[in-house]
Amino acid sequence: MIRVVLPAHLRSLAHVNGEVRLDVDGPVTQRAVLDALEAGFPMLVGTLRDQATKQRRPFVRFYACEEDLSHESMDAPLPDAVATGTEPYLVIGAMAGG
Amino acid sequence: MTGVRVLVGTRKGAFVLTSDGTRERWDVSGPHFPGWEIYHIAGSPAEPNRLYASQSSGWFGQLIQRSDDGGKSWEPKGNQFAYDGEPGTHQWYDGTPHPWEFARVWHLEPSLSDPDTVYAGVEDAALFRSTDGAQTWQELSGLRQHGSGPSWQPGAGGMCLHTILLDPSDPARIYAAISAAGAFRSDDSGTTWRPINQGLQSEGIPDPDAEVGHCVHRIAMHPSRPEVLFMQKHWDVMRSDDAGENWHEISGNLPTDFGFPIAVHAHEPDTVYVVPITSDSHHFVMDGKLRVYRSRTGGNEWEALTAGLPQQDCYVNVLRDAMAVDSLDSCGLYVGTSGGQVYASSDAGDNWAPIVRDLPPVLSVEVQTLA
Repeated sequence: MIRVVLPAHLRSLAHVNGEVRLDVDGPVTQRAVLDALEAGFPMLVGTLRDQATKQRRPFVRFYACEEDLSHESMDAPLPDAVATGTEPYLVIGAMAGG
Repeated sequence: MTGVRVLVGTRKGAFVLTSDGTRERWDVSGPHFPGWEIYHIAGSPAEPNRLYASQSSGWFGQLIQRSDDGGKSWEPKGNQFAYDGEPGTHQWYDGTPHPWEFARVWHLEPSLSDPDTVYAGVEDAALFRSTDGAQTWQELSGLRQHGSGPSWQPGAGGMCLHTILLDPSDPARIYAAISAAGAFRSDDSGTTWRPINQGLQSEGIPDPDAEVGHCVHRIAMHPSRPEVLFMQKHWDVMRSDDAGENWHEISGNLPTDFGFPIAVHAHEPDTVYVVPITSDSHHFVMDGKLRVYRSRTGGNEWEALTAGLPQQDCYVNVLRDAMAVDSLDSCGLYVGTSGGQVYASSDAGDNWAPIVRDLPPVLSVEVQTLA
C-alpha cells in the first residue's frame, strides 16, 4: 500500500481528505505510483504530467523521505519506506505566491 | 418566471449570481473551484442548465468542468487539447520562432443548437471543438494551418484565441479572433479559414495594414443582423457591414479608443457598448472614473454612462470577456472589473448598481436569460 499526499487544490479536485492510499502492482516506481493515482482518480489526469508526453508539469515536484525525486528517473525504484507505506510520496506544487 | 443567471469567472474561482426578472435582489453562490483561475464560464443556448467552465492553474494545468444543473454541481470532463499534427512555430515577442505550446482555454462557446457541442479558444492560439459534451476535443486546425500561423505573435496577455462567434443565420459560418493575429472567418463549419482584417490599421506592427498581426481584443454581433460586426481593437473601435470583409473606424467622440470588451444591446442592433481605458500602458479607466460608453447610432456618436458607477479614485479595468447583456424586455448590461466588482444595469446602461463588490479580479462575465 502506497501513501500519496496531494496538494490542497488536487485534494479538492479529487474529492479526498488527507492521504490517498494506492495499491501498486509490480515494482514501485514513480511512474507506477502516478499511473495508479491517475487510474484511481481520473480527474487528476493532466494535472501532474502532460497527457501525451508524460513529462512532469514544470511547477509540480515529487518528494519522498526528505529527498527531491522530481528529476530522478520515473522508472527507478522508490525507497523501501515508500514502497512499504512507512513514508508517503509527496506531490508538491512549487513554492510560489499567488 | 423569468430571471437571469450571471456566470462570473475570476482569478480565484467562479461565482454564479442569480436574480428574478426585476434584477434587484441577487443570490450569490461560490466560490466554485476556489483558488483556481476561471477564465470563462458559458451556458448552452439549447439547454440553459448545461454550463461549461474553463478552470486552470499555472501549477496543475487545464481542466474543463461541466454542470448539468445550472451550476449547482460540476464534473470534470476532458482536458486533453492536443494540436493536430506537428504544431510548428509562431513568432515570439522578439520576432523569433517559438514552438506552439498549449497554455489554457480562454473562451468557451457552446453551440446554438446542440448542448453537447462546444468550441474552445485556447492559448497558444487554436480553436478546438467537442461534440460529446466536452469529453474529447478535436482541433479545427484549418485555422492555425491556413498559412499565416508562423507569423502570428502574442499580445501582452499571451497568444490567445479569445473570441468565437457563431452565425445564427448560417450554421457553417464561424468567426474567431486572436491576439495578436486578427480576425478570421470560416464558411464551412470550421474546416477552412481566412483572415478578415481589411481596413484595420495597427501601429505596433511593421506593416500597419497587414493581412494579419492585428491585436483584436473582442468582436460582437447582434443575432438579428449577423453580417454586421463590431470590434474593439487594441486601439480603435471598428465596424464591418459585410461579415468582416471590410472594416471602418467608429471610435468617433470616445475619449480614448483603447479598451477590451464590446457588446451589442439585445434588442437594438445599432446600440453598442464599450469600456474605454486610458491606454495600452495604463490599463485602467480614465480620470479615475468608470464609464461605459454607449452608441445608439452604430458607432461614432458615443455617450458616457455613469449613474451608479464610481466617478472618483477608480482605477479598474474591464477585460474582454467581462461585459455581457441579457435579453429581458428591458435589456440588462453587466460588467466585471479587475477590482472584483460586478455592476449591473437593468435599463440598458442608464443606471447601475453593484451586484457584488469584493470578488477576486473578474476575468469574465456571461449572462443567461432564463424562461
